[in-house]
Amino acid sequence: MSTDTSATPVLQARGLVKKYGHVTAIDGADFDLMPGEVLAVIGDNGAGKTSLIKALTGAIVPDEGEIRLGGKPIRFSGPQSAREHGIETVYQDLAVAASMDIASNMFLGRELRRPGVLGSAFRLLDKKRMREEAAAHMADLKIGLRSLTQAVETLSGGQRQAVAVARAVAWARSVVVMDEPTAALGVRESGQVLDLIRRVRDKGMPVVLISHNMPHVFEIADRIHVHRLGRREALIKPSDHSMAEVVAIMTGALTVKSDGGTVVTDADAARAAGVSAH
Amino acid sequence: MTATTTTTTTTTPYDQLKGPTAVRRLIATPTAGPLAALLLACVFFSLTTEQFLSGGNFSLIVQQVMVVGTLAIGQTLIILTAGIDLSCGAVMAFGSIVIAKMAAQGTLPPLAAIALGLVVCGGFGLLNGLLVQMIPLPPFIVTLGMLNVAFALTHIYSAEQTVTDLPAPLTALGETFPLGRTDITYGSLVTIALFLAFAYALSSTSWGRHVYALGNSPESARLNGIRTSRLTIGVYTLAGLVYGVAALLLVSRTGVGDPQAGQTDNLDSITAVVLGGTSLFGGRGAVLGTFIGVLIVGVFRNGLQLMGVASIYQTLITGILVILAVTVDQISRKKAR
Repeated sequence: MSTDTSATPVLQARGLVKKYGHVTAIDGADFDLMPGEVLAVIGDNGAGKTSLIKALTGAIVPDEGEIRLGGKPIRFSGPQSAREHGIETVYQDLAVAASMDIASNMFLGRELRRPGVLGSAFRLLDKKRMREEAAAHMADLKIGLRSLTQAVETLSGGQRQAVAVARAVAWARSVVVMDEPTAALGVRESGQVLDLIRRVRDKGMPVVLISHNMPHVFEIADRIHVHRLGRREALIKPSDHSMAEVVAIMTGALTVKSDGGTVVTDADAARAAGVSAH
Repeated sequence: MTATTTTTTTTTPYDQLKGPTAVRRLIATPTAGPLAALLLACVFFSLTTEQFLSGGNFSLIVQQVMVVGTLAIGQTLIILTAGIDLSCGAVMAFGSIVIAKMAAQGTLPPLAAIALGLVVCGGFGLLNGLLVQMIPLPPFIVTLGMLNVAFALTHIYSAEQTVTDLPAPLTALGETFPLGRTDITYGSLVTIALFLAFAYALSSTSWGRHVYALGNSPESARLNGIRTSRLTIGVYTLAGLVYGVAALLLVSRTGVGDPQAGQTDNLDSITAVVLGGTSLFGGRGAVLGTFIGVLIVGVFRNGLQLMGVASIYQTLITGILVILAVTVDQISRKKAR
């Protein structure tokens, strides 16, 4: 799938700055997510990926800069406000309640009540409808689990990830952000989660994928946002660069020029990484 | 399911259980173990003593466990959030002295005295909740401190005197009505009604789900949009109000305001909660399990008494039961991981 860069970005940021005392976590960062794409966000430890993502999902409020959602400027006061605007995040620790069943987790914090007086006066939950809707969402993403009344803690790591992803997709209206969704998984389960991300994208939901895993990024991303020293160093297509080059861009050995070519900025590091300018 | 499934092979304890769904559900229910233990104990005492299996005796057991049972409801709420409340018995004792003294001295009309008792106990709960959530401090330490505060206030306010000559409304819940050939106190009905109300709230409302989610992981709950601070403070306050009801039940059952009352009730309530299958680590368990746990304690004490076993051995056996229950909890948690 190729990204249409002429469309209005789903989520966009310009010149974001976030300072903690003398530490600058975000240093004039830009961000662009186009409709229907999987955008990987990569960067070395401490590059400020997490801060950028937190700013985009409302977990921190940037000091400067502008965020646009569907072309319109927006300010998130907290994660809840980002969620209300259709941005769902799959956190690295998944934010699931382990002892609760799958359907309960999918509706956690957004439970459905029975219609009529049972729901309004007695606050009675509509468990059946929640189970049915949860099952529909799981089927929609072709996630096969035997029973939605299973506690999440009885699931494997990949299954838990699938539940968290399904929950995010079920509620997201504009963007799903996934923080290191394959970090804790084995090879087979990682493959299943990547398949799942593809299916989410194919439904038309854009995905922001934060990952350290270069093969996974190259396998699934339509574009790669390389973050370095608190700002976007490059926004590239995986087809235009080798993995070694992307790592070199990430570490500052190579810099991407405006025409898409690269220049060596740190000769020793580039030689060590086995890359050269082109 | 569909042809391309992401994850098809699941080996879970739930799936491994054999038999029809209803049976599997029952086995997977955390209250099944405690219920089995209760039934076994009942069978055992029915066979070994003549008096055990009678309506009168069961009514007696319920009366004996009524006060601790009510405390255990509040304790369950707090333990489900992965907290603990050591102050419940002392808070109840203070509440009961406030109710008894205010009404007996005629400072307040009886119903106003009862209302004040509820507010005082609710206030202690609120204070516990604020300290646990806002500072934040470990629940164990906060409620240990509050235990001493409430204990001291009870003795200061009562001047070590038992309050007698209580007006009738205070002892109304201690009155009985006949049911078949046995007499049931109205207070027992209040306790049972509270158990049912909280069982409903915990299992069938959003609030209940949020309490479980909070006990599983406060951070996850927060990330799912649950207002965890408000919820935590609310749970402690609600528990305090329930202790207020226990205070009234205590006064109505004993007919006096006794500053020495309830001194081991904090541990007894925790015992009942744990025996009922609720995890001390939070997030799993049920208030109906606590009801069973309360009955287990009551049945053991009653049965052993009927068998002529000295009360100190009853305490010994209860202690062993608690350690067994916590061991089962710990092992089942490890398996779940």
